[in-house]
Amino acid sequence: MKRQWTVLAALLSLSAAYVHAQDVKLLNVSFDPTREYFQDVDAAFKADWAKQTGQNVTVTTSNGGSGKQARAVLDGLQADVVTLALAYDIDVLADKGLLAKDWQTQLPDSSSPYTSTVVFLVRKGNPKKIHDWPDLIRSDVQVITPNPKTSGGARWNFLAAWGWAVRQPGGNADKARAYVTALYKNVPVLDTGSRGATNTFVQRGIGDVLIAWESEALMTQKEFGKDNYQIVVPSATIVAEPPVAEVDTVAAKHGTKKVAQAYLQFLYGPEGQELAAKHFFRPRLASIAAKYAAQFPAVKTFTIGEQFGDWRKVQATYFADGGVFDGITEGSQ
Amino acid sequence: MATALDPALGGGALMAAVASVVSIGQPAWSVRIARVVLLLAALAVLAWLLVLPLLAIFAEAFRQGYAFYLDAIKQPDTIAAVRLTFTVAAIAVPLNLVFGLAAAWSMTHFEFRGKALLGALIDLPFSISPVVAGMMLILVYGKDGWLGSWLEAHGLQVIFALPGLVLATVLVTLPFVARELIPLMQAQGSEQEEAALTLGASGWQIFFRVTLPRVRWALLYGVLLCNARAMGEFGAVYVVSGHLRGITNTLPLQVDQLYQENFSAAFAAASLLALLTLVTLGIKRVVEWRHGDALNTHL
Repeated sequence: MKRQWTVLAALLSLSAAYVHAQDVKLLNVSFDPTREYFQDVDAAFKADWAKQTGQNVTVTTSNGGSGKQARAVLDGLQADVVTLALAYDIDVLADKGLLAKDWQTQLPDSSSPYTSTVVFLVRKGNPKKIHDWPDLIRSDVQVITPNPKTSGGARWNFLAAWGWAVRQPGGNADKARAYVTALYKNVPVLDTGSRGATNTFVQRGIGDVLIAWESEALMTQKEFGKDNYQIVVPSATIVAEPPVAEVDTVAAKHGTKKVAQAYLQFLYGPEGQELAAKHFFRPRLASIAAKYAAQFPAVKTFTIGEQFGDWRKVQATYFADGGVFDGITEGSQ
Repeated sequence: MATALDPALGGGALMAAVASVVSIGQPAWSVRIARVVLLLAALAVLAWLLVLPLLAIFAEAFRQGYAFYLDAIKQPDTIAAVRLTFTVAAIAVPLNLVFGLAAAWSMTHFEFRGKALLGALIDLPFSISPVVAGMMLILVYGKDGWLGSWLEAHGLQVIFALPGLVLATVLVTLPFVARELIPLMQAQGSEQEEAALTLGASGWQIFFRVTLPRVRWALLYGVLLCNARAMGEFGAVYVVSGHLRGITNTLPLQVDQLYQENFSAAFAAASLLALLTLVTLGIKRVVEWRHGDALNTHL
C-alpha cells in the first residue's frame, strides 16, 4: 500500500523528476504591476546566484491582483517568497501561520525594497484640464481606477484620495467620505487589477484620467509615447510601499530558505535597485535614487503610517466587508 | 405542383415553401426569394458574430508583421503553454473516452436503480459554470480543503499543478463522449450484442467486434468535441492554475496573461489557439462528410 502511494507521489510530482540535483527552483508570487520588473530581476538573480554558488536557480514569478494572489497562497500555491502590493495581504498569510507575524521587521524599510506613489495619467494635451484631486469629482470627468476590494494597487489609490481630502484645511473623515463617494461615482469601470485598469484606459480608450501608480504611469508613457499620455502630479499623494517576504513554512519544506533570502536581499542590493528604477519604481538605495532622480517628478507625499496607522487597521476600517468602501459604493448603485 | 402556383398570390410564400419541400420540380420565385433572404440573414449573423471577429484575431496577431508573429509564438513560455495544453488534453480526453463508453454502455444496456440520476449527473458539468467547477476542486484538494492536509502530508500537489489542471479539464469535458454515444446506442438496441452472446462470444469480443465498430464514428465525433473543449477550457483551469509562466499556464491562460502585458503577442497566441480549434473543427467536418451516414444510420 505504502509503495503504491510512493509511486503515485512520484507520478504527481513528475516535473520535479526533471530537476537536476544541483538545480533549485524558487516561486515568487507577486502582484500586477511588477510583471516586467521581475522578469528582469529573475534573470539577473539567476546569473548572480550562479556566480556566487555555482547553483542553477530558476525563478518563476506569478502575477495577478494582490488579494487574489494572497488567496492562492492560502489555497496552497507553493510560494517561496511573496512580493505583494500591501502589507495586509502578507498579514493574512501570517495569520494562517505561513510565516512569522513579525515578518515586516525582518527586512529593512518595513520590508519594502522599492516604493511608488499615486499619480494621474491623462490623455494628450490634458483636454479635461485635470490638475489635482478636486478635478476628479467634476461631473464631466470619468475616472479609471481598479476595485479596492480586489486590487492592492487600488487600495493605495483610495487611501491617496482619502488622505488628501483629510489633509485639506478643515478636512475631516466626513468630508473625506463625501469626496471619495463623489470620486467613485465618476468611475465607469472598476477593473479587478491595476493592469486591467491601465488596459481599460489605454487600449480601450475609456475615461479621462487614470489614477495609477507612478511606475505604471511612466511605463505607459514609455510604451505609448510621452506625447500621447501626460502625468499629472497631485498636490499631495501617498507613498505606496509594496512589501516582500519569505514564506518560511514553504521555503523550509522546499529547502529553499537560503536562496529565498538571497533573492529578497538582491532586491535591496545595487543591481536589484537599479532594475527597480529602470522599471520606474522608486529605489531606496540613495546612490541609485540619485542616479535616476530625473525620471521621478517631485511630489509631496504622506505615508500610510503617518496618516492611517497600520494596514490591519486600514483594512478593517476601509476595505473589509461592511467597511467604508462598501458604504460609499452602496449609495451609487 | 409548385411550378403551377401563381407567384402573384399574396401570402403564398409559406404554402409554396411547404409545396417545394414535397415537390421535386422548380420552386416558385417567391420561394426562392424567401430562401435567399433567410440564407443571407443567417450568413450575415454568422459573419458578424463569428467570421469577422475571428479574422480580427488574425489581423491583430499579424499587425506588427510576420517576424514579430513568429517571435511571439516562439516565446518559451508560449511554447510551454502549447505543450501543457496538449499534455492536459492527452490525459483528459482518453479518460473521458473510457468513462463515456462505460457510462453510455451501462445506460443503454442495463436497467438499474438510479439510472436517471446517473444521466442527470453526466449532464451536470454542462450546466455548472466552469468557475464553480474550479472552486469545487479547491474546496476538496486545496490547502484547507477536505483532502488538503492529507495531500500535503504526503507531498502531493494537486491544485496549482498538472493534476489539478487535468482534474478540472476532465470535469468540464465529462459529458461530451457519453452524450454523443447514448442516443446512438439507445437507437441501436442490444439485439446484435445478444446475438453475439448466444453465439458464444466473450464480453471483450462483443465489445471490440460488435459494439465498438457500430459506434466508432460517433465515438470519434464525441472525442473531437471533447478535445476542442479540453484545449479551449478557461474558467475551471483559471481557478486551479496559479498562473505560473511556463509551468501551469495552458494556452488559453497564457493568452489571458499576455493580454495584460503585450497586446500583439496575446493575439498571436490567441490565433494559435484558434488555429488548434479550427483544425479540430476541420477533422470533425471530414468525419461528418465521409461518415455522416454512419453517424445517423441507426437513428
